[in-house]
Amino acid sequence: MSAAAIEINDVTKVFGGGHTLLGRSRHAVTAINQVSLEVGRGETLAVVGESGSGKSTLARMLVGLEEPTSGTLRIGGRDAAELRRAGARAFGKMIQYVFQDPIASLNPRKTIGQILDTPLKLLCGYDGAERQNRVAELLDAVQMPGDTLRRYPHEFSGGQAQRIAIARALAAEAEIFVLDEPVSALDVSVQAQILLLLRDLKRHFGLSYLFISHDLAVVEAIADRIAVMYRGETVEIGPAARLFADPQHAYTKRLIASAPRIRKE
Amino acid sequence: MSALAEMTTRPAAAARFTSWRLLMNNRLAAAGFFLLLAIAFVILLVPLLPLPDPDATAPANRLKPVATAGHLLGTDQLGRDILSRLLWGTRVSLALGFTATLIAAAIGSTIGIVAGYAGGRADNLMMRAIDMLMAFPYMLLALAIVAALGPGLLNALYAIAIVNIPFFARNVRGATMGLAHAEFIDAARLSGKGQLSTVLTEVLPNVLPVIVITISTTAGWMILETAGLSFLGLGAQPPQADLGSMLGEGRAQLFTAPHVSIVPGATIFLIVISLNLLGDGIRDVLDPRLRSGTLARPGPMTAIAKARLAPANPAPDAALSIEGLETGFGGGDSFTPAVNGVSLQLKRGECLGIVGESGSGKSVTALSIMGLVASPPALIRNGAIYLHGEDVLSMSEEKLRSCRGARVAYVFQDPLMSLHPLLPVGRQVEEAIAAHQPIGASERRERAIALLEKVGLPDARERAAQFPHQFSGGQRQRVGIAIALANDPDIIIADEPTTALDVTVQAHILDLLRQLQRERGMALLFITHDFGVVSELCDRVAVMKDGEIVETGETRRVLSNPQHAYTKRLIACVPELGTGADFLDRVSGLFAAHQREGTA
Repeated sequence: MSAAAIEINDVTKVFGGGHTLLGRSRHAVTAINQVSLEVGRGETLAVVGESGSGKSTLARMLVGLEEPTSGTLRIGGRDAAELRRAGARAFGKMIQYVFQDPIASLNPRKTIGQILDTPLKLLCGYDGAERQNRVAELLDAVQMPGDTLRRYPHEFSGGQAQRIAIARALAAEAEIFVLDEPVSALDVSVQAQILLLLRDLKRHFGLSYLFISHDLAVVEAIADRIAVMYRGETVEIGPAARLFADPQHAYTKRLIASAPRIRKE
Repeated sequence: MSALAEMTTRPAAAARFTSWRLLMNNRLAAAGFFLLLAIAFVILLVPLLPLPDPDATAPANRLKPVATAGHLLGTDQLGRDILSRLLWGTRVSLALGFTATLIAAAIGSTIGIVAGYAGGRADNLMMRAIDMLMAFPYMLLALAIVAALGPGLLNALYAIAIVNIPFFARNVRGATMGLAHAEFIDAARLSGKGQLSTVLTEVLPNVLPVIVITISTTAGWMILETAGLSFLGLGAQPPQADLGSMLGEGRAQLFTAPHVSIVPGATIFLIVISLNLLGDGIRDVLDPRLRSGTLARPGPMTAIAKARLAPANPAPDAALSIEGLETGFGGGDSFTPAVNGVSLQLKRGECLGIVGESGSGKSVTALSIMGLVASPPALIRNGAIYLHGEDVLSMSEEKLRSCRGARVAYVFQDPLMSLHPLLPVGRQVEEAIAAHQPIGASERRERAIALLEKVGLPDARERAAQFPHQFSGGQRQRVGIAIALANDPDIIIADEPTTALDVTVQAHILDLLRQLQRERGMALLFITHDFGVVSELCDRVAVMKDGEIVETGETRRVLSNPQHAYTKRLIACVPELGTGADFLDRVSGLFAAHQREGTA
């Protein structure tokens, strides 16, 4: 497996456009404009940008929820269009997604046990006994107690729900994770615990992360490399340490200067 | 386990029986339910009861009055027993009505779910077809269908079902559209579920309450419609009895023997009213908006306990001084405090930050100051709030209203929610001015534009005529600040005003607040969860946890040398630029140490 975890080549995504039934042309918005990125095996690439920069659209294309207008995506060395043709199951086995709002990403009418069971059954094809073992392992991996399974999503706090959502992503046994603002809805102490959990899981399971965030300090703590997006384009890509110490692009400089800091003596 | 302090367990089982209990608490709905249950019980037993043949005519015994021996409800124009016909007829009417409801629900909900989930052209096509069905008056359409198919019970059933499909399709489509883009639907697809399985196992359980509500509110109407068709002779055919045809046949004898038509009429009335009462009750229980009490209008100010302890004001010079504030939700035994004995002083011209995690009570503290926490369920149980030495909590409603906006103004987190979407922003600033200053319209307009210029809105004169959605998030927050400044308040309370904004925009808004505060000598109470923002803006900071202030002091002192263990931990959890991967090693040590303390 020498191929990179994610390769994005010249991808463009345009929303709208085309014509209505009456032949009038629709307003088109270019959300992503010729973006090229690569995430190596075992690497964490962070994508930073402000609202409207296109980072969530990029994430949704990577997991097959949107199709690129042009350009190619390769996931674990396989073409994304080919994976999409192979069906949702093939896609889910390769790459998984963690949402920003953990509670909204869990169906309010299903127990946690049912939610975790789905990927194990559909993506991994385990039988009943095997699934029970795996669920117990998963809860252990995200440090949640065993009685979690019988309860419903609304009974959990944001941090706990995010642990459950991460367990669901782990259940697919994919090695590539797209994390879309996984900690921005959480309080700082919970955020720190989730970041810590993500780091440990990455080491333990050999995962690769594409980590999307607007918070530079969070990104610096977890990323190996950083890509800065601005209005649908990547303006700067570089190793975390270099990018913060010596930003090249004017927008990156502005972003770093705007971040509020704790001033101590 | 205290490292995972986020793990609070809530009693789960209690919540699951409440729907039934809520329904039974509604007396009218309970009455409807039991009446319907009684009717259902009787008509199920009909074949076992010793009733005469409903279709056997006896011309000699025609039009016998109610309570004749052998005929409890009398006989009709052909001498048939009315009680027997009534019971058998109710059976037919109810069976027809409910079957039609179920057919309409099944077909209508399927159309609604498919249209709402698929969206685009499929949705357009299906909904235009439904619109065509809706364009005809219901009864007329039903009549046309029966006329085409020929009279008869089964054809009446089809007609009623078809006519009611649009109700279900439209309601269910609306609910499905809201869900189709929900994150958990995407998540289910990433877990390997196909389209059909996603619709059946993820979407359907979430729209089921909508379907049940629609069934319960339309069933009564459908029974009326079937009776209507039979009344016109298009439903049940003689000699078969159903409520509508009995009414129709009895109409001719309305003056000579009124009981022949009154008895089936009253039965229809009882069935429909019990269904409607039950339906309304079910809707109230299942509709989340009604359940959360949106319909219960909050009072003009937060309720204050009569036996409130009001401590004396220790700082008469302060712009604002809160002493022993205790605000909570619920009354009597179920009172849950959200703010528990908070005391703080805000000096003139000072910026005080209140920082804490979600649920720490910082927003409730801020809203309590002007009595803005919604009551019911909120209650201020104890404490005093001194505004320039005067206790806000003992002010009259009118006095308090004259302070809101004029002496103390608020800036809220999400200006998209706090601004009126249908009014131009200039008008909204003018409204704020008009609330406290009796000046002419043109002067008010000029002042509003001056304020918008003051907060750095470019082309203020032209943009004042625009609506909130035409502004970016940062610009909207500038408008929010202009409204707060409208009456030159002494104190501005800003509740997470920059949380929804991008960092570059946040920096500008913080600059603006700092500059305005310095220029006008206002006191600023700034509520946030972000220590970085506190450090940039505030002179002093109070740290809140579980409704209490755990530490307060000069910002620099608290941030560089926190005294309380909670403050220490919270500050250690804030990632800082320039720390890099060391941050995670640091917190990892912190949580490990905390866990050891917890288990030791």
